Amino acid sequence: MMTPLRAGVARGGIELRQTLTNGIDLFTYLFPALLLLGTIFFMRDAHVPGTTFSLGASTLPSILGMGLAFGGLMTVSQQLVVEREDGTLLRAKATPNGMSSYLIGKAVVVGGMTLVSLLIQLVPGLLLVGSGLHVSASGWLMLAWLVPLAFLSTMPIGAVLGSIFENPRNMGLIILPIFGLVAISGIFYPITAMPGWLQGVAQLFPMYWLGLGMRSVFLPDSLAAVELTHSWRHLETFGVLAFWAVLGLALAPWILRRMARRESGSAVAARRERAIATMGR
Amino acid sequence: MTLTGALDVGMPVPPDERVIDVRDLRMRYGTRDVLDGVSFTARRGEVLALLGPNGAGKTTTIEILEGFRMRSAGEVSVLGVDPATAGERWRARIGVVLQSWRDHGKWRVRELLKHLGTYYAPYSTDRIRRPWPVDDLLDVVGLTELGGQRVMRLSGGQRRRLDVAIGIVGRPELLFLDEPTVGFDPAARREFHDLVHRLTDVDDTTILLTTHDLDEAEKLADRIVILGQGRIIADGSADELSRRVAGETEIRWTRDGQRFVHSAVDATPFVRQLFLQYGEGIDDLEVRRNSLEDTYMKLVLESEGEAR
Repeated sequence: MMTPLRAGVARGGIELRQTLTNGIDLFTYLFPALLLLGTIFFMRDAHVPGTTFSLGASTLPSILGMGLAFGGLMTVSQQLVVEREDGTLLRAKATPNGMSSYLIGKAVVVGGMTLVSLLIQLVPGLLLVGSGLHVSASGWLMLAWLVPLAFLSTMPIGAVLGSIFENPRNMGLIILPIFGLVAISGIFYPITAMPGWLQGVAQLFPMYWLGLGMRSVFLPDSLAAVELTHSWRHLETFGVLAFWAVLGLALAPWILRRMARRESGSAVAARRERAIATMGR
Repeated sequence: MTLTGALDVGMPVPPDERVIDVRDLRMRYGTRDVLDGVSFTARRGEVLALLGPNGAGKTTTIEILEGFRMRSAGEVSVLGVDPATAGERWRARIGVVLQSWRDHGKWRVRELLKHLGTYYAPYSTDRIRRPWPVDDLLDVVGLTELGGQRVMRLSGGQRRRLDVAIGIVGRPELLFLDEPTVGFDPAARREFHDLVHRLTDVDDTTILLTTHDLDEAEKLADRIVILGQGRIIADGSADELSRRVAGETEIRWTRDGQRFVHSAVDATPFVRQLFLQYGEGIDDLEVRRNSLEDTYMKLVLESEGEAR
């Protein structure tokens, strides 16, 4: 039936518009962008080791890749945990086709938010380190599959994480490992400088591949030389991301259903009691 | 005194009129029976109040009927369907007023109601047009002026009215109200009661409500079901219940400007005697049977006594 899809897209659209019209949300768009642009600014005179290419310029695409992973993993899981606690999910459950529409809406709003953040970082970023970055025809083609695949490989996993953790105050358990991944995935510092086993770990997760994919889109092909195996490894990028997409899409419906089945008025009330008790402390 | 024998008396509800039909419902957590053989029915257009002390199983019962919780055993039929396996079409005929907290805070009132209404549009029928048009709905719950307000800026009472509006936006045939007027001031409570009457009179909505406010139960409910320790300890109108519980009736009057209060098991002969004796001298006569509160307390204490 068309309705859950249409209602979900409408829902996502309304929520996306809301993020663009209130101060707190605008701040959460701009603040990371400012931090990242600051980082790039101070890197502008440094060079990618072994080349004369600006380190700032090569970091910008990596950051965009990280942003894609953050959106899918962190924003999705965070919103799911918070909205389970505040009763949004229970309301969805009490509405016909509400759960499917809720999830579709979540994908739309998080996808939209991620793209908005991407643009907010990309446009001023290009002005700062513009020279050397350009997107060829094959680069656009790459973006056309990389961005959707980025969402597919991270959002379902984010939904699974968000379903497992019940308490928003335990979100650190999700966030810290993700920041750990950023550190070892060659986003701010080349992965080639990491010990071999850490390189192995990093290559298991989408974060590294999203950074690599975005670098391959924006950087000149000569810079593939400083990557692992001296290549952009498009096939491997596709393979690893597709693996996570399949894994996530296989797990998410089952885990989401299990999570949704437990939602009830008393479950939400119990969480509210607990939240109020914690806030008082 | 036990009421168990008296439960099946009262009017039997014909099967096609039964909006809720619960038989021998059981719920067990580990080794504890939260519901231990609960049976009751609700007929179309009826307001049924579910009362009982905390922990008696009210919330569990209502959540099983809402399809939010699985039961351990027993037969449950809500609008002719088992809630445990019911689909979206069934869901569209049910309204649930949830205790909101801070969900949808960024949404504007009208925007939220309009959006949630679209989910019900495919389930509109010739008899019941779904959803409820937003302007009418805002008017019914008294939020017309706040249509453009963000939900997070509503006061507690306004938010509660929005909860009710969300619960009825799909024009439900059966509405669940779990402690609907907690935190209402007396005026808001009165308005809410008017709304409930409107729903049952005009739209023939069946309503199942839980409350701790016995006065509210007495005002709203056609029938009251009292749960105690996972069993039904009484089922009937407020009037029937008070008749079933042996108790004294309070009689108040004035004579020569002086107030008198007397309690009698049977008020009628006492009052007759009073008039025979003083005739015109009696003024401001009041005869009050057990209040629902007295009845309730007696029944609950009785059931707890039996359990011990």
